[in-house]
Amino acid sequence: MDHNTDISAPHSMGTTIIGVTYNGGVVLGADSRTSTGVYVANRASDKISQLTDNVYVCRSGSAADSQIVSDYVRYFLHQHTIQLGQPATVKVAANLVRLLSYNNKNFLETGLIVGGWDKYEGGQIYGVPLGGTIVQQPFAIGGSGSSYLYGFFDQAWKEGMTKDEAEDLVKKAVSLAIARDGASGGVVRTVIINSEGVTRNFYPGDQLPLWHEELESHNSLLDILGAPEPMSI
Amino acid sequence: MATVAESERTLYPYVTGSSVVALKYKDGILMAADMGGSYGSTLRYKSIERLKPVGKHTLLGASGEISDFQEILRYLDELILYDNMWDDGNSLGPKEVHSYLTRVMYNRRNKFNPLWNSLVLGGVKNGQKYLGMVNMIGINFEDNHVATGLGNHLARPILRDEWNENLTFEEGVKLLEKCMRVLLYRDRSAVNKIQISKITEEDCTVFPPFSLKTYWDFSAFKNPTAGAPGSW
Repeated sequence: MDHNTDISAPHSMGTTIIGVTYNGGVVLGADSRTSTGVYVANRASDKISQLTDNVYVCRSGSAADSQIVSDYVRYFLHQHTIQLGQPATVKVAANLVRLLSYNNKNFLETGLIVGGWDKYEGGQIYGVPLGGTIVQQPFAIGGSGSSYLYGFFDQAWKEGMTKDEAEDLVKKAVSLAIARDGASGGVVRTVIINSEGVTRNFYPGDQLPLWHEELESHNSLLDILGAPEPMSI
Repeated sequence: MATVAESERTLYPYVTGSSVVALKYKDGILMAADMGGSYGSTLRYKSIERLKPVGKHTLLGASGEISDFQEILRYLDELILYDNMWDDGNSLGPKEVHSYLTRVMYNRRNKFNPLWNSLVLGGVKNGQKYLGMVNMIGINFEDNHVATGLGNHLARPILRDEWNENLTFEEGVKLLEKCMRVLLYRDRSAVNKIQISKITEEDCTVFPPFSLKTYWDFSAFKNPTAGAPGSW
């Protein structure tokens, strides 16, 4: 056994991802920052990827690893849907994700949240963290930004929310995490999945609430000073 | 000497369960575990079921990496399925399941790719009570009471002192709760949401989760540093 590895330090994963169930479906949310070291490689990434018409996955950790896992699962689910003759269930999608994560646990560094709606069990959220454990939860949080949200969800989560309450919770949470996590940032994207279908939403910074020590944004200082522009001679 | 590729060995666990404690009582086996799944030092998941029935005669409790435990449950599903398919009136008992798991664990250890778990196996078959343990390096044994992880240090001394052959169900539960309470006080990765389960010749029940009361109202706790400011 290797005694030098600090086994109690989880890998930090740039991103904040969230999945929440409500009465009727699920709401998935994520930030949009992809970083390589300190540089922000993509400030408007889409971390919520489609697996089937009714199942989406939030990706965190290594961008490459999470993309390849979701690509393989999309491919397998496509074939599975053809064979089955009807939409795949969320549970099947989540288990495919688990299989890849578990069997390649030594190579992969990605934490995923699978969320969707099917006619058998309604809205479901499955967390698949590092290592390939699969855990069905009423809500799941992941990524480095999630550290700042455990307390928030312990207090703000309640059973049986409406669609709007759930989306507001997700928006608020991602925005709070972005405020404190350097590896999370950009815009808040949400995806709502229910029996009626899928709705994608996009919330840029100015549509989100302001938190502690954050200020209203302006185009220029000059707008605030109210001073007339200096005359040019 | 290591001829196995570095990428083929499990290096460290990610999501882990803490102690499992179990004892034999008059009618069978009682087992207890909390529902926590820790992610490093974060108490990340608080509703993980770590006690599962296997077939008709066995109860399995696990600590360590949860993904490996979930995989073990899949192996056991297959084992029980094939056992049922024989349709010969015979069914695998706890001794057999323990033996199977010991082989699996030991062989994985030999390949430097262990299933990172400590497992507690309990059950009753044909009137014989059985309680055993097997861990990630293949060490296995049976006893009247077993525990994994910190439970070995905190719970077993209590059990060595207070266990006897003729515990009733109520006495057994009280004894397990005493052990789980100590673990709650003294194990950093313990979570106050506990499942107890029992297995007897007739059936196996996993009771619903519950929380234990803890006691903090001692005068010695109120002003411990009064006589020596700055101490703790």
